[in-house]
Amino acid sequence: MTPEFKGFMLLSVLKMLVVFGVVLVSVALLTLLERKLSAWIQNRIGPNRAGPGGLLQPAADGLKNMLKEEVMPAKANPILFTMAPAMAFIPAMLLSGVIPFAAPWAINFDFTLPLLGRFVHQGLMPMIVADLPVGFLFVLAISSLGVYGIVIAGWSSNNKYSMLGGLRASAQMVSYELAMGLALIPVLLMSGNVSFTSIIAEQQTGMWYVLPLFLSFFVFLVSGFAETNRLPFDMPEAESELVAGYHAEYSAMKFSMFFIAEYAGMITIAAMTVTLFFGGWDIPLTAWDDAGGSSIVVAATGLAFVLKTFFFLVLFMWVRWTLPRFRYDQVMALGWKFMIELATVYIVVMALAIHVVERVLGLTNPWMIGASYTALNVVLAYLVFVVLDRGLIISGSVPRRPAAGVMEEG
Amino acid sequence: MTVVQIVFYVFAVAAVIGAIMCITQRNPIASAFWLVSVLMSLAGVFVLLQAQFIGVMQVLVYAGAIMVLFLFVIMLLDLGGKTSDRRGAPSWVLAVVVGGAITVSMAQLADYTPDQLAHEISGSTELNADVVLLEGQRLQEAIEARGVVGAIAEPLFGFYLIPFQITGLLLLTAVVGAVVLAKRRI
Repeated sequence: MTPEFKGFMLLSVLKMLVVFGVVLVSVALLTLLERKLSAWIQNRIGPNRAGPGGLLQPAADGLKNMLKEEVMPAKANPILFTMAPAMAFIPAMLLSGVIPFAAPWAINFDFTLPLLGRFVHQGLMPMIVADLPVGFLFVLAISSLGVYGIVIAGWSSNNKYSMLGGLRASAQMVSYELAMGLALIPVLLMSGNVSFTSIIAEQQTGMWYVLPLFLSFFVFLVSGFAETNRLPFDMPEAESELVAGYHAEYSAMKFSMFFIAEYAGMITIAAMTVTLFFGGWDIPLTAWDDAGGSSIVVAATGLAFVLKTFFFLVLFMWVRWTLPRFRYDQVMALGWKFMIELATVYIVVMALAIHVVERVLGLTNPWMIGASYTALNVVLAYLVFVVLDRGLIISGSVPRRPAAGVMEEG
Repeated sequence: MTVVQIVFYVFAVAAVIGAIMCITQRNPIASAFWLVSVLMSLAGVFVLLQAQFIGVMQVLVYAGAIMVLFLFVIMLLDLGGKTSDRRGAPSWVLAVVVGGAITVSMAQLADYTPDQLAHEISGSTELNADVVLLEGQRLQEAIEARGVVGAIAEPLFGFYLIPFQITGLLLLTAVVGAVVLAKRRI
C-alpha cells in the first residue's frame, strides 16, 4: 500500500465514523424533537422530566429499550424475525455515506506511525464518504431494499395485522419508488449527470433546481413522505386499523431498530432533497464558498447543509402532526393515477423545454436559462394545482363530497 | 492476487453459493432471499467491471422491485408446507443437459468484444469509437466526460437504437401476453 492510499483510507475511516455517529445522534435527538414538536402543535409541554428541558429523554428511552424483555411470538419464523430489524436498519444507515455534506476541505499531512507506516494526503478532500459516479441512482437502489425489512417483519411475525402492514408497505413503496425515480429524470436532464457532486456544482453556477424544476421537487417530496412511511402515508403502521402494523410483535431494541431506520430514512430523504433541489452545501448568492479549501469555508457550508436539512426534517414532522392519514385506496390512487402521470408528462415537457432553450434559442447564461424554466414551471404549477385540480388541493379543507371513510387522527 | 481479484472472488463465491441455496431451499421465502443475495453479488461483479450503471440498475430493478413483487405474491399465496417434490432422476438428467447446453453456448462468448458486436449489427468495418459500446481506457474517458449514464445512453440511443427498440417491443409483447392470459381466467 502506498502512503497516499493509506492517507486516503485513514480519512475515509474517520469520515465514516463521523457520519455514522452524527446520524445516530441526530436520530436520537429527532425522536425528542418529534415529541416536542407534536406537543407544541397540540398545546402541550412534551417530555420535560429527564435532563434539562427533557434533553436526556432519548438516552432514557434507549436505556429502557435495551433493558426490556425481548418477546418472540411462538409461531414466528425465528431467523427472519431476528433478521428483519437489521434489514430495515442497514440500508437506511448505508445511504448517509453517499451525500456530500460540506465543501471540499484542503488537508495536507505527512506523518509516520510505528507499525502502520507513512500516511500522506495532499490537496482537497471531498466531504463525502464515497463519491459514487452513480450518485442518486445508488440512493434509489438501496432505499428500495429497505422495504424487505418491513415486509419480512410483517410476514415472519405470524400475525394478521403485521402481515397486512407488510403487504401495504411493499405495495406502497414499490408504487412511490416509480414516481420518485421518474421525478429525478428532469434533474438528470438539467445537470447532465447523476453524481451528487456534479449536481451541486451545476446548481452553484446557476439557480437552485427547486425553481426551474418545481414539479419534480413536489413529486419527489411527496414520494419521500410515502417512502419513509411518514404521515399522511403511514399506512403500513396505521395504529387505528392495524394495531401497529409490521412492528406489532416487536419489542425492546428490535422495535427501536425500526424507529432508527425510519428516522435515518427521513434524514436521507431530507438531505437528498437539499442536495438535488436546494444546492446541497452551497451558500446562495455567493461564490466564495464554491471551491472549498479552508476550514472556515468547510464549517460554513456544513452549517448551511445542516440548516437546510433541518428545515426539511421539521417540515416532515410538521406535516405529520397537521394532516390526517389517507385511506389506503387514496394512497394508491394518488401514486398510480396522479404522481406517475405527472412525473412522466413533466419529463417530456422539460426535455422539450431544455431542447428549445439550450439548442434552438441558444441561451448560455445559467441565470437566464433558470429564469426561463422557472417561468415555464409557474405556468405548469398553475395548470396542475389550480386548473387540473379544480381546487381540491388548494381549498382542501372544504369538503366537495362526503368522505367515504372516517378520518382518524395521526 | 490483487485487491480487485480478491473482491471478485468474494462476490463470485457468494453468487454461486446463493444460487445453489436458492434452488435447494424448500421454503419459497428463503429461496427468494437467496435469489436477492445472488442479485446483489452480481451487482458487485458489475461494479468491478466498471459497469456501475448496470450494477445499480440490477439492484434497483431486480432486487428492489421485481423480487419485492415476488415476495408479495409468495406471501399472499402462503405456499408453506404444500410444496411437492419433483427431484427424481429424470429432473437431474434434464437439468444437466439444459445446464450443459447453456454453459457451452456461454463459453463461446468468452472472447466476444463490444467491437465485434458493433461490426455484426452495422455490417461495416469502419466504426466510430464514440458510438460503439466502450471498454477499458475509452470507457474511463467517456465516464469522465459524460458521466456513467451518458456513457451508456449515447450508444444505446444512437448506434444501438434499433436493437434497443426491438427489445422494448419484445417486453411489450410479453406484457400484453401476460394481461391476455390473466384476463382469460377472470
